[in-house]
Amino acid sequence: MGVFEKLMKLDRRWVFLFLVVVCVVTYYIDYDVPILPEDESRKLYDFIDSLPPGDIVFVAIDYDPNSMAELHPMTYAIVEDCWRRDLKVIITALSQNGPGMADQVIRDISDSMTVDRTYNGVEYKGREIANGIDYAFLGYKPYYTLVILGMGQDFRLPFPTDYYGTPIDSLPMMQGVINYDNIACVISLSSGTISDGWISYGQGRFGFPMFFGLTGVMTAQYYPYYGSGQLRGLMGGMLGAAQYESYADNPGRAMDAMKVQLPAHLVIIFFIIMGNIGYFASKSKKFEEVG
Amino acid sequence: MDFTTFLWATFGVFVTLATFSFLYKDNPFYKFAEHLVVGVSAGYFVIILWHNSLKPNLFARLADGDWFYLWLNSTQPWYLIPAIIGAMMWTRFSKDYAWVSRYPMAMYIGIATGMAIPLEMANRINKQLYATMQLVKIDTTDLSGYFFGYGGFNLLDISNGVSNMIVFVGMITALIYFFFSKAHTGWFGKMAKVGIWTLMIGFGASFGFTVMARISLFIQRIQDVDSWGRVALNAGVTPNPNYNNWYQLVFWALIVFVLGYIIREIMMFIKSKSVKAET
Repeated sequence: MGVFEKLMKLDRRWVFLFLVVVCVVTYYIDYDVPILPEDESRKLYDFIDSLPPGDIVFVAIDYDPNSMAELHPMTYAIVEDCWRRDLKVIITALSQNGPGMADQVIRDISDSMTVDRTYNGVEYKGREIANGIDYAFLGYKPYYTLVILGMGQDFRLPFPTDYYGTPIDSLPMMQGVINYDNIACVISLSSGTISDGWISYGQGRFGFPMFFGLTGVMTAQYYPYYGSGQLRGLMGGMLGAAQYESYADNPGRAMDAMKVQLPAHLVIIFFIIMGNIGYFASKSKKFEEVG
Repeated sequence: MDFTTFLWATFGVFVTLATFSFLYKDNPFYKFAEHLVVGVSAGYFVIILWHNSLKPNLFARLADGDWFYLWLNSTQPWYLIPAIIGAMMWTRFSKDYAWVSRYPMAMYIGIATGMAIPLEMANRINKQLYATMQLVKIDTTDLSGYFFGYGGFNLLDISNGVSNMIVFVGMITALIYFFFSKAHTGWFGKMAKVGIWTLMIGFGASFGFTVMARISLFIQRIQDVDSWGRVALNAGVTPNPNYNNWYQLVFWALIVFVLGYIIREIMMFIKSKSVKAET
């Protein structure tokens, strides 16, 4: 049996094992991978950067725990960036398992906000984050299309109370905030068809500035909406999260993960090339045998 | 970190390893993790649905009424209508009255369709068509933009230049590939071939992103297991003063447990080899 035939019959578990070893080893090696900026993610950062303090950013946590690897770093980077700039944040979770993660994000970032930090040369003093003043967490409601449409009329229709059971009208930051007209933009961090809902029933119907943070699997599918101008910006997968962390000068899990992504991709490309060589070599050998 | 939090974090690591064990082969640990995630998701969803939806949106709005009068003296009694329509769905469980559920179902589908068709058409078809036509609108007063992107020569600038033409040609040829009313021969066949290449490039881009997504999932697990390991062995940058050495017992128990399973698998593998050799 030739090398290529052996290669074609290689148990796929060896490939898994090799990839695991590469990922784990490179995770513990300390080196930096350059994060190159891209227009689509840069536009989101520039938009947030252009907002005056006090403006409201709507962050929709439309993903489940199975996508948190890619989308959680985006949420952390964006929400902290907003709070450091004294922007207010309305948070919803239109995915059924999203509220717990949104609650975790709020608690974690509230903790880190108490510490003084310097990002991009600007010193931000630590401060306490208060529910109803810095953020309103509206929670989850089923049937996202109806919720997205309902919020265009009045946030109070689908969300009479916030996630913690407080009536929305009693939250200071929601005074006079009726619908999408009163917010600066919507950022949907999504791992499913909810993003389609935001395009059709949200941005398309009410015309607010819309940004997406998507899982890698979905990203290529949503580029046409960026090209057509329906999306103002777009972050794709862990690279998108790492780019935002890099713009915000706030290295987190995504930037840390990119040093593993690079060798893992190289390994996969190597296996693809070897697999193709093996395939064509064994095919030509069979062809020669047949005559 | 108290011991309870430590135990839950340890359990999380165990479930992670149990899930990845499927890459080797199906086993009871993987089955346990799989069933656990389905059960927990369903249970969590029910509770979230009650506290975030039914309670504030329905029962709280009727709560100023009185249970004994079926909330008819509520200030918002009309919320009983969606409640009744929703309850009608449950007749699916009765053989005799299952037909009742067709009315709320018909209403739901009718409303959803009425909302969806104009908005989907306008935003996911028409706007995409406009955008594609915009790509080939040539400004004859300044042709430089079609060959030079922002900040210099850039043939693949997404919003400008030659890439506009590539998108347009790619779209037309990909549509031709899916046009089966004419044989794919001659110039038509050649264009269909270009269409296949366009599709393959699209699939390639999706594949690249998918690889990144899958690797991301694994990296996140490595990060979690790593941070757990630092806590379990108190090996973080700033050691926890409340660390209890008994925590390590759980850590090593988990290691022994996993090693035990691996040894068992190796023994079974050797045994099966020797049985094969004998036969």
